Amino acid sequence: MFQGGGAQAAAGDFEPFLPGLVVLLPLIGFLINGFLALKHARASAEAVRAGGELDLDGPGGRPATHTLPTWVGPGVMLGAFLITLVNFTSMLGAELHEPVVVEYWTWIATGTFTVSAALQLDQLSMIMMMVVTGVGFLIHVFSVGYMKDDPGYPRYFAYLNLFIFFMLVLVMGASYPLMFVGWEGVGLCSYLLIGFWFADREKADAGKKAFIVNRIGDFGFLIALFLLYTTFGTLDFAGVFGEAETGLLYGGGLVTAITLFFLLGAAGKSAQIPLYVWLPDAMAGPTPVSALIHAATMVTAGVYLVARSSVLFALSPVGSAAVAGIGVLTALFAATIALKQNDIKKVLAYSTISQLGYMFLGVGVGAYAAGVFHLMTHAFFKALLFLGAGAVIHAMHHAYHATHSHEDAQDMRNMGGLKSHMPITWITMWIATLAIAGIWPFAGFFSKDEIIWYTAAFGGAENAPFSALYTVYWIIALAAAMLTAFYMTRLMVLTFHGKNRTGAEEERHLHEVSPVMWVPLAVLAVLSIFGGWINVPEAIRMSFLGGFGALPMTEWLHHWLEPITAQAHHVQELHLGEVSHSSPFGGGELAWALISTIAAALVVVVSMRVIGGKTVVPARDDVEPTGFGKVLYNKWYVDEFYDRFIVQPIIRASRFSWKVIDATIIDGVVNAVGWGSRGFGWGISMFQTGSVNTYAFILTVGVLVILGVSML
Amino acid sequence: MITEALVLSAILFVLGTFGVLVRRNAIIMFLCIELQLNAVNLSFVAFSRMVGIEGQIFVFFVMTVAAAEAAVGLAIIISIFRHYETVNVNNFNLLKW
Amino acid sequence: MTLILFYVFSAVAIGGALGVVLAKSPVGSLLFMVATLASLAGTFVLLEAHFLAAIQIIVYAGAIMVLFLFVIMLLNLGHDYQKDIKGGVFGILSFVVIGLMAGLLARQFSGGGGFAEGPGGVAIDAAIQEHGVVGAIAQPLYTTYVVPFEITGILLLVAIVGAIVLAKRRVN
Repeated sequence: MFQGGGAQAAAGDFEPFLPGLVVLLPLIGFLINGFLALKHARASAEAVRAGGELDLDGPGGRPATHTLPTWVGPGVMLGAFLITLVNFTSMLGAELHEPVVVEYWTWIATGTFTVSAALQLDQLSMIMMMVVTGVGFLIHVFSVGYMKDDPGYPRYFAYLNLFIFFMLVLVMGASYPLMFVGWEGVGLCSYLLIGFWFADREKADAGKKAFIVNRIGDFGFLIALFLLYTTFGTLDFAGVFGEAETGLLYGGGLVTAITLFFLLGAAGKSAQIPLYVWLPDAMAGPTPVSALIHAATMVTAGVYLVARSSVLFALSPVGSAAVAGIGVLTALFAATIALKQNDIKKVLAYSTISQLGYMFLGVGVGAYAAGVFHLMTHAFFKALLFLGAGAVIHAMHHAYHATHSHEDAQDMRNMGGLKSHMPITWITMWIATLAIAGIWPFAGFFSKDEIIWYTAAFGGAENAPFSALYTVYWIIALAAAMLTAFYMTRLMVLTFHGKNRTGAEEERHLHEVSPVMWVPLAVLAVLSIFGGWINVPEAIRMSFLGGFGALPMTEWLHHWLEPITAQAHHVQELHLGEVSHSSPFGGGELAWALISTIAAALVVVVSMRVIGGKTVVPARDDVEPTGFGKVLYNKWYVDEFYDRFIVQPIIRASRFSWKVIDATIIDGVVNAVGWGSRGFGWGISMFQTGSVNTYAFILTVGVLVILGVSML
Repeated sequence: MITEALVLSAILFVLGTFGVLVRRNAIIMFLCIELQLNAVNLSFVAFSRMVGIEGQIFVFFVMTVAAAEAAVGLAIIISIFRHYETVNVNNFNLLKW
Repeated sequence: MTLILFYVFSAVAIGGALGVVLAKSPVGSLLFMVATLASLAGTFVLLEAHFLAAIQIIVYAGAIMVLFLFVIMLLNLGHDYQKDIKGGVFGILSFVVIGLMAGLLARQFSGGGGFAEGPGGVAIDAAIQEHGVVGAIAQPLYTTYVVPFEITGILLLVAIVGAIVLAKRRVN
């Protein structure tokens, strides 16, 4: 069964190796962990409600519920990653031009519309699989250390495994419906994991918010699916993309509608304007969850969707411009909010939203490989940042627990000077910060730079529509990059540098985290350093930024993804003509790469000085910011705006429907029917007078009627 | 003669029905029912002049059944009287709504 | 001659019936009933149903009416006569109803135009000639209609038992 019923072998000899097992292993992990969680459900729920943690220093040490998930959880992930690796190396060797689709069974078969449960193995899905299983495995290992005090330990790993299962279905599905199954599934797991500590009302509400906002996006996704179906009659990737260029008019209304609805779906899942509001609230979940779902994998589903449907977006310049516009606007907007946040996780959340904006910009301008590249590097350094933040929070929590203090362990104003207590975390997080700021030679520099460059290249192409608009995008992208450098440096300075503000008592309890937690940090740090070297364009490689060809950099990823983006590139060549080789303000690729990295480095250094010089007040003594800072601190009041103009009217309408339409009118009608029946029955019962004479009278009248009728 | 007998039978039957409808004494109501039966007997006998001896045979049976019915009916009325101390049917109103 | 006798008997019958329905005292009703039954017996004789006339007097007037009288006496109803005819609206309605009934019946009979003696009467006369008055009825009764006859016997048995059980004074 795992080999599949009909593996359509393509050119070159790539034989998929147990692809079904990659998807199945996390599912098995979910079942085992889930069963264990159910067995201990009652005890665990009571502990959660009591807000308690397990007392692991007491007699018994690690409880029985912990042993199995510790091995099963990360274990199935390692298995999935290894199988993916085997397939990856196999695919590297083979020259694959067409995707390999492994069919298992027919899922939907109605008349002309069939969807089969099939997995698609091609270069794009392989990259996604590697990222998901690889980074996922590291995060599972980190969770073993982070969640060990939690009574819901098996439930946590069950949900985490289930999430990986759905994510793999999403990236490996061979048709849009199958992708949608994964899409919905990861939304569900996101809800379950955000509201993991469900006894706290706020956390449970955050889970609900995530799911409901996602739903709005799902609506867009479905409408796009319906439009695709009416156009092509099939929803398999092979079927749709094969007919796309002939079936859809370039720049036509239909393809624009499809892409805009897909954009709505992607904006919901990948937290772009206007549906990003759930992601900051989602920080209520455990930090490894934030790392996995809201940094490395789930939020990238929207980018994957656009990359997969690249030919559709290439056929619609309006759709692509919308994607790019939303992306770059979100990048700037989120960066401004991150400037003023005090919770370390919130800063990272807005940073994620901002970087997702960059990915959208990349796939929006037509640089699909660049967008996927940034997706990959972002997974590395953002996961590292979140896990590092998790380590910091873990240490702070431990310190506050020891002194029975109730201060906020996540507030950066309570941190400071942690570099002496947590050196490994400090170094690895600095590596990630430099990567995200776009400093050479770390990973983020190459990916972010390529996106910005392609904005100029495609925007200034021969027959490019909206070239002025793309110039604006380019400027905004650069501005956001500078802001990114600033707020990340602020985060690092407030957390690790300066004097410690946690408190004298607590400071004695601060220490580095255990190896099971810092080893994944180290692995991700290495990836953050060298991960960008797999997609360096020729111009840069041969310059001094690439060590004049001496450093082991390649343009491998771009070529690797060529079979995927070939169709879209064909459309672009046809309609856009020659791409530009200089930016809107002159200067080639190399020049601007140099300018942006030097500018970013300057921002980092200057902000270290500026922020390091200021005295920071601990959270309990701090005052509310004023002026423009207040607007940023309150996230531009977007949540309040939504609440006033969208949520409250809906609540009022619902209340009206409930109180007036349902309770009064409908219930009234039903009750009236009941009352009417009772009244009617009461009326009829008046016939029962109990008087014999009356009965005889009626009898006689009846006889008369019969006689009369028979005689007439 | 037959027609006149039938007319008489009709009149007696109608009078018997009127008695059943109007009287409140249970025993008199019963008596009126007997009157109705007699009217029917008369019509059977009249028709037997047309049809055959079967009419009179039927009257024979009707009388027998009437006797049995009278016996049982009166026994019931006695039973009820023991409970209600009256035979006024207006008082037998437990089935009233 | 027979016709005149018939009208006399009819008058008595109808008068008796009116008495039954309208009399105040139960015993009075009963006596009027006996008068009606007697005149009906006379009518039977005029219709050549001699045996039935005799049975009418013996069984109906003699036994059943006496039974009624026994019950009336038993229940001591012969003394205070309350007005127990329902009057008012109900009386008027009942009158309307029976008027309708009379009209229907009249219509039925006038539509027929009148009935004449048929072959049945001839057969009866022949049977009476041959077997006598009693035999004319007994012949078919015990041959063709013997099963209903026996069942009637059982019916009477049941009625006897039922009457006894129902009317028994409860022994506390």
